[in-house]
Formats: sequence, C-alpha cells, structure tokens
Amino acid sequence: MNENNLLKVENLRTEFKISRKKSVAAISDVTFEIDKGEIVGLVGESGCGKSVTSLSIIRLLNDTSGEITHGSVWFKGNNLLKLSDEEMRHIRGKEIAMIFQEPMTSLNPVLRIDNQLIEAIQLHTEYTKQEARKHALETLRSVGIPDPERVSRCYPHQLSGGMSQRVMIAMAMSCYPDLLIADEPTTALDVTIQAQILDLMQGIRNTRGTSILLITHDLGIVAETCSRVYVMYAGRIIEEAPVDILFSNPSHPYTQGLIASIPKLGLEAESLPFIPGSVPDITMMPGGCRFHPRCRYATEICSQKEPELISINESQKCRCWLKTSEYSIKTENGESRK
Amino acid sequence: MGRYFVKRVLGTIPLLLVISFLIFMFIHLIPGDPVRNMAGREATTEELENLRESMGFNKPLYQQYFSYLNDLVHGDLGISYKTKLPVSEMMIGRLKPTLKLTFFATLWSTIVGIAIGVLSAVNRGKLIDYLGMLIAISGISIPGFWLGLVMIQIFSVKLGWVPTGGLDTWRSYILPSITLGCGIMAILARFSRSSMLDSLGEDYVRTARAKGQRERLVILRHAFRNSLVQVVTVIGLQIGGLLAGSVLIETVFTIPGLGRLLVDSLAFRDYKVVQALLLFFSFEYILINLIVDLLYGVLNPRIRLK
Repeated sequence: MNENNLLKVENLRTEFKISRKKSVAAISDVTFEIDKGEIVGLVGESGCGKSVTSLSIIRLLNDTSGEITHGSVWFKGNNLLKLSDEEMRHIRGKEIAMIFQEPMTSLNPVLRIDNQLIEAIQLHTEYTKQEARKHALETLRSVGIPDPERVSRCYPHQLSGGMSQRVMIAMAMSCYPDLLIADEPTTALDVTIQAQILDLMQGIRNTRGTSILLITHDLGIVAETCSRVYVMYAGRIIEEAPVDILFSNPSHPYTQGLIASIPKLGLEAESLPFIPGSVPDITMMPGGCRFHPRCRYATEICSQKEPELISINESQKCRCWLKTSEYSIKTENGESRK
Repeated sequence: MGRYFVKRVLGTIPLLLVISFLIFMFIHLIPGDPVRNMAGREATTEELENLRESMGFNKPLYQQYFSYLNDLVHGDLGISYKTKLPVSEMMIGRLKPTLKLTFFATLWSTIVGIAIGVLSAVNRGKLIDYLGMLIAISGISIPGFWLGLVMIQIFSVKLGWVPTGGLDTWRSYILPSITLGCGIMAILARFSRSSMLDSLGEDYVRTARAKGQRERLVILRHAFRNSLVQVVTVIGLQIGGLLAGSVLIETVFTIPGLGRLLVDSLAFRDYKVVQALLLFFSFEYILINLIVDLLYGVLNPRIRLK
C-alpha cells in the first residue's frame, strides 16, 4: 500500500436478502483504491451496484436488507467493516461525507437550512451553537452561496436544485472530511448547474485536498473531473484505467461499447452505436462473464468461467478473457474485426 | 396567520347554516311527536291542538326553520320541552364532563397510539411490531360499548378498583377514557406506523445518518417530525368524532354529559335540545379541523401560510 493511499476497498461483497433463505450479491469482488487528493470515478449503468458500493463503504445499508458479507474497507489504515456502530458514526460526516443524487429530497423538508448544518457541525465538533452557526455561514459562503444569511433561514423547498446541492456539499464539507463520496451529484440538475457543481467539487479538492469518489453514469463528467476511473458492470469492476487511457484505449468490450455510444460533435452518423440488450437482473445473473450475453466478442469460455480482474499494462486492469494470455489471440482478431 | 384564522372562522358560517338546515329537516323527519310526550297520555285532542299551536308546530316547516334560525342568531337556543329550562343552560351544565372525558381520551390515545406506531415502524418485522399491530387491530375491532361493559365487570364489579359509573371521583374517568380512546389509539398506531415507515425510507433520513447522527435522533428529529404532518390530520378527524362518540360511552357509564343528554332528548323528541347539541357537535368538528389546518402550517413549512 502506498503511503498516499486513503481508501482501499478489497474484495467487497454485499448481499441482499430476497426471501427468508435466499440472498443475492449486488456487488462482489469489488476492489479499488483512492489516493489522497484524488478524484476517482466509478462509472456504470443504473443498477450495476455503484450506489451499493458507496453505501457499503460508509455502512449505510442498515435501512435496507443489504449486508456486507465479504471483504474489507481500509480507510487511513483502519478496516471500517470492523469498527463498532458508534465508532463508525464518528467516521460518517467527519472523515467520510456523502452527497446524493436528489438534493431536493436529501434535505429535511421541515428543518431550516441553518439547523441542518448546525446539526452536522455540532455532531463532530465542540462548537457552541453560536460558533456552529458562524461556521455554517462560512461553509455556505465557501460553496458559492451568494447570501448565506438569507439562505440559512430558508427551508429546503425554497431553494432550487442547484442551490440545494450546494447546501448538501456545504453540509458534507462542514467538518472537512478527507473523503467525499458523491453519488450522482449532478444527475438531477440541469447542464449549466452541473458544470458549476463539478467546478465546485474540483475547487474543494484543490483547496482542501479532499479525495472524491465520484459515482456517475455520465462519461462526460468523468472525462472532465476524474484522474482515474473504475468501470462497473453487473456488480463487478470490469475495468480500471487512468481517465485519458480509458477514453483513448478502452480495453473491456463493455467500456468500448460505452465510449463508442457517446455522441460526437461534428461526426455525422446515421445512428449512434449501442450495446445490445440490457443489464441483467440481479436475481438472474448469467454464468461466466456477466457481460457475455451482450458481448460481440464472446467465446465459449466466456459463458463458462468468470474472468479475473487482471493488469493488462502498468496502469490498466481489465476483467475479460480476451485480455488473458490464453485467449489473447482472439482479442487481436476481435479488434481487427472492429 | 391572524387574518387567515379570522377568514377561516367566518368561512364556517355558511357551512353551519347548511348544517343547521339539514339537522332541522332530519329531526322533523323522525317519527314521533314531542307534543304527545309533553302533554302526557291522558291529554285530549283539543289539549294537544292547543299545545301544538302555542309551540308553533302547526306552522309550515320553513317558517319554523326561520324562526329557529332567528332565535339562533340572537343566541337563543330555545327552551327544552322536557325540562322547561333554557337549552343553553342545560348544555353548559353537561359540557364539563364531556370535555374532560374527551380530553383524557385524546391525551392517552394520542400518546400511546403514536408511541406504538413509531416503535412498530422502527422495529418493523420484529416481535414489537407484531405486538403493536395486534393491539391496534384489537382496538379497531372491539366495539367501545362492549369493551366498556367488560371493563366494568372486571375492574368495578369483581375487583372494585373503580366506580361502575357516575362522576364522583377522578377514578370515575379512568374506564370511560380508556374505552373512548381505544379506537383512536388503534387508528393512530396504524397510521403513525405507516407514516413513519414512509419517512424512514426518505432521502433526508439517509442524509441524517450520513452526517453521523445518532440513530435515536435520526428517528425522532428527522423521521418522526416529518411523519407527524400526516398523523395530525388523522388526530383532527378522530377527535372531532370523539365528542360525538361520547354518546355511547356516557350511556354505558351513566355519565351526565352532552352525549347522554342527546340520547335522552332524542327519546323525548326534545327538538330544541337535539338541534342545539347536533349543531354544537358540528361546530366543534369544524373548529378542531381548523386548528389542525393551522397546526399543519407549524409542522410543515411547505404549506406555511403567509
């Protein structure tokens, strides 16, 4: 482990009970790491397990039937999965903060903004209410809210979506966490506001050195913001790469399909390329490689055995039989066919 | 807020007018003759006719209604046929026991009902949940008068802990309050459970947990406060019905309240008293719902009034 490492998730497996005796794994064998001050993207279609991964990291699955059954989450040298609930409570909000997809519903509708911020601040500091209020106003100002005094006295329904997300970010940043998990932070916002929020998060990273795990389905956001990317498909990480390599040389057929399906300006095409089929249902996962029914390079082995996530060069990892030494020849064929 | 309140109170006037008309008409549709009740069995036809005329019963119904309305706006509820006392005086005397009974019943049933609902929701699918919902189902299913009689049998007759009826000590209020509040407690338990489950699944509850808030405060400060908005509506509707619901309970426990008065007056076709009581119950129902509407604004800033 390098000393710059902040978070290291190893072989994480989270299962959901679907009946009294049966559980299904929403994610399994999820391994990734985040360095200090790094913005890392976690990309995938909806339902691929991105949010389950993030909720597993800060152990917020308790209001679902989900349970972490395997793996470890190393944060600053501690395995979060081994901490008591009380110890974990001190990590949440203080060391690891989280913002969510729907800022409008993520704020409590019956409490004023200042009270919600003061609550977050007082949970992890010794501030009096007055000091906490002052700090809350400063935090609001730091996330680009023009009139913090007025906004702090508002109720959530009086704010716009972008404003609410700023408030959420302010709340998340109020105790200066080392890691910010942003679960689709801009999905519910319109495009100009999206850009502002992304700028804001990058600014926070630059000034505070906060690491950010950015969960999104939007490759455009990843390209703009992240330094490294993990691509998830059906509960597995299927590719890891630095952002420029991911876009210039995607290795997994799924990633290739994703990137090919981004519309490109100035390129006239009859129709956009797409990946046939849809993400398999969690209860009916195909055997072998989970992507093989949709993969145009699929061979016999793909349906029989699941590949491992292996390094294919010094910076890139891929979970695909075509990238292993035994089957690599077919890759060449596959790519030449493309 | 003040202006809104005045507007709402004034808004009840047309509503009360319609209600008074309906009450008046329905009462006169009930078979039975108050004049015969007043005059007694031996009265001759002539005596009956005289009495009828002196009381204005021979006039057309609409005239009777308007004279009733005229008296009403002058604050005159009329004279009881049975006791010859002013109706307002009779009602004031009977108001206190009924209000007390309603108050105690509301108090305990709200606290217990909400507590059961919240505990059940938080422990969803566990023993506490099943137990709570068993209590709720029982409370809804068991008729009040039956529960009252059974409790009298056990606690008054067999154990002698509380009086069987009347209003001599504070103990007299225990059984009637329990009986009266039982249904509301049950409804509130079920309602606050489902409302609480809704808010526990909301995004802001997850946010509160992500802040590192203690689970107890996540439940009370975030989930519970939001679930109250819905629960208050039900409380309003139920308490409105409580005052009138005291009719049965006051009869079972022989409590000299408004409910008893209504039953007795109906039997005697004491129109003036019945009209006044029904109007009073309607007004009270409207008033409580008005208070609930105002409470709404306090609990839910999204509909706070300007």
